[in-house]
Amino acid sequence: MTQASSIFHATNITVGYRTDRRETILFNDITLNMAPGQLVCLMGPNGAGKSTLIRSLASLQPLLGGMLSHRHEKHVAVVLTDRVNSPHMTVEELISFGRYPYVDWKVSLSEKDLAVIKEVIARVHIEYLATRKLYELSDGQLQMAMIARALAQDTPVLMLDEPTAHLDLNNRLEIMNLLRQLTRESGKAILVSTHELDLALQTADVVWLAAQEKITQGIPEDLVLNGSFDEVFKFKGFDLKSGRVQHSVFRSMSIQLEGTGPEYLWTKNALERSGFNVGPGGTTTVRVRDLKWQVENESFSTLQEVLKVLSQ
Amino acid sequence: MNSGSAGLKLTALGGLMIFLFIVSLVSGSVPIPLSGVFDALAGTDNEFSEIILVFRLPKALTCVLAGASLATSGLLMQTLFRNPLAGPDVFGLSSGAGLLVGVLIMTSQLTGILFFGSPWTMAIAAGTGAALVFLVVILISRFVTDNTSLLIIGLMIGATASSLLSVIQYISHAEDLQTFMIWGLGSVGGTSWNEITVLAAVIVTGTVISLLLTKSLNGMLLGDNYAKSLGINLERSRLFILIATCIMTGTVTAFCGPVAFVGLAVPHLVRMAVPTTNHKVMIPAVVIGGAGLLLLCDLLAQLPGTTQLLPLNAVTSMIGAPVVIWLIIKNKRLRI
Repeated sequence: MTQASSIFHATNITVGYRTDRRETILFNDITLNMAPGQLVCLMGPNGAGKSTLIRSLASLQPLLGGMLSHRHEKHVAVVLTDRVNSPHMTVEELISFGRYPYVDWKVSLSEKDLAVIKEVIARVHIEYLATRKLYELSDGQLQMAMIARALAQDTPVLMLDEPTAHLDLNNRLEIMNLLRQLTRESGKAILVSTHELDLALQTADVVWLAAQEKITQGIPEDLVLNGSFDEVFKFKGFDLKSGRVQHSVFRSMSIQLEGTGPEYLWTKNALERSGFNVGPGGTTTVRVRDLKWQVENESFSTLQEVLKVLSQ
Repeated sequence: MNSGSAGLKLTALGGLMIFLFIVSLVSGSVPIPLSGVFDALAGTDNEFSEIILVFRLPKALTCVLAGASLATSGLLMQTLFRNPLAGPDVFGLSSGAGLLVGVLIMTSQLTGILFFGSPWTMAIAAGTGAALVFLVVILISRFVTDNTSLLIIGLMIGATASSLLSVIQYISHAEDLQTFMIWGLGSVGGTSWNEITVLAAVIVTGTVISLLLTKSLNGMLLGDNYAKSLGINLERSRLFILIATCIMTGTVTAFCGPVAFVGLAVPHLVRMAVPTTNHKVMIPAVVIGGAGLLLLCDLLAQLPGTTQLLPLNAVTSMIGAPVVIWLIIKNKRLRI
């Protein structure tokens, strides 16, 4: 990646905390780069310093060394994990804060500011929430409002710290899809720290893997195949390359499974989870077709019954 | 809330405040008809002129200025600490101001130099006292982020200042002690026109600073990190909040004593009428609300039909404390 396509870069930065007595270094001498239209997922084990890195990149806390290409409120907007404790505020008011870098001390919103606020509300599809108070919102709705607030800041770079934490699958998907669309449509560069391995692997253009004071950068597939993920996360019983949880075989019976499509996959999943060795040349044959299972000559309508019979 | 309805509600609040102001001129141990009040104010000499111009008008004006100052200080502190129970009296600012005034009185006894020739000296001393306490609270708030602990620490600092003050009282002369006791009960009577001028200058300065801080104050509602991410200079804003709060609380405390609860309660009371978090509306609203509440408290302190005066602090606490309890029960938790 050339510097020319960069929209934000950090050069040789050292991130951490410095007090009078001691220095805690979380990342040492790292160089990072974000290109327009790129969705970057920042991943790493708990305590690796993902939040601190985001705060440092957004100039919310001082660097221990190095340089940032931009440190301006009109260039970088953030969504943090900090709770906004003003339940009386309306969603519209919250979003209008995004226009603060553009307004004077009187906080008079211009026609343009109001137009931007309206636009981002529509962009995030929260028109129905605009006049609600913050305490009336669900966690997912509040997160969408916070994202709208950051969008109203109209910056080329967006940084979000764990925007999908504590949300259900639907909300998580909605947010990741929205972020992805934003990079595609508006050319924004977006940095997201997340724990959601599956979502990150499927949406990120680039992954930054945080571990041992360094960041490993690359496209997700490369990092999976070259073992970087395994090294960082030290998966316990999960095979990332196949995307499966590893099951140990603890039953003597081996099963030959016949069938196709999702039925086949989920049946295999259930059998392996229960400790059967599934493969060609198995001693017992299980057939699945049209949601009916046949074990030898017996027929069943649920997998539960199949497992029960096989376990006996 | 749109600005139109906010403006309407502010006007209504203002109307209520003016009504209370007029009532406080009319009522008292000697009831004066409205026409008499206006004649006296217009300069037409009549039998009521002295009562109005020497007693009631200064007192009513003091209520307006002191109430507005305390309420604005309360709002600024609640936003700064993001703590709905913050206030100049709660965090010990009033005690700090009182302590320095006490020290000054004692020094003047010992040295024979009269420091109280000018109300400015008194205001500056009290403001410095408040600022010292505020600085300690801000310093501690860097390490203690949890609201309840900070509140308790504020109370403890206030208690320390109060205890030092009682030591000073204990070793001071009997006649000074009485002055001190009365001062400690809080009073809006007995302010001279000179002192009112100082109060007016201070509240104007404090309010102007607050209004100029509108954007920063609003930003602080989102928390320090978000405020910074919006380009708000937190260090500078904190300094100006400290200056505004301390000159206002300090001066009021110097002239009227440590008036309790107004700073804490008014922002919450006002928000019931004007439900907003926007300081552009809140600042004028608490100025009006604080003025109105202290006028009302002073009216209630003057037991109707008698010449008996209740201590101001007794009334503000009697109104303020139940209001806070009721608010906590109603809202489960207070909102800033």
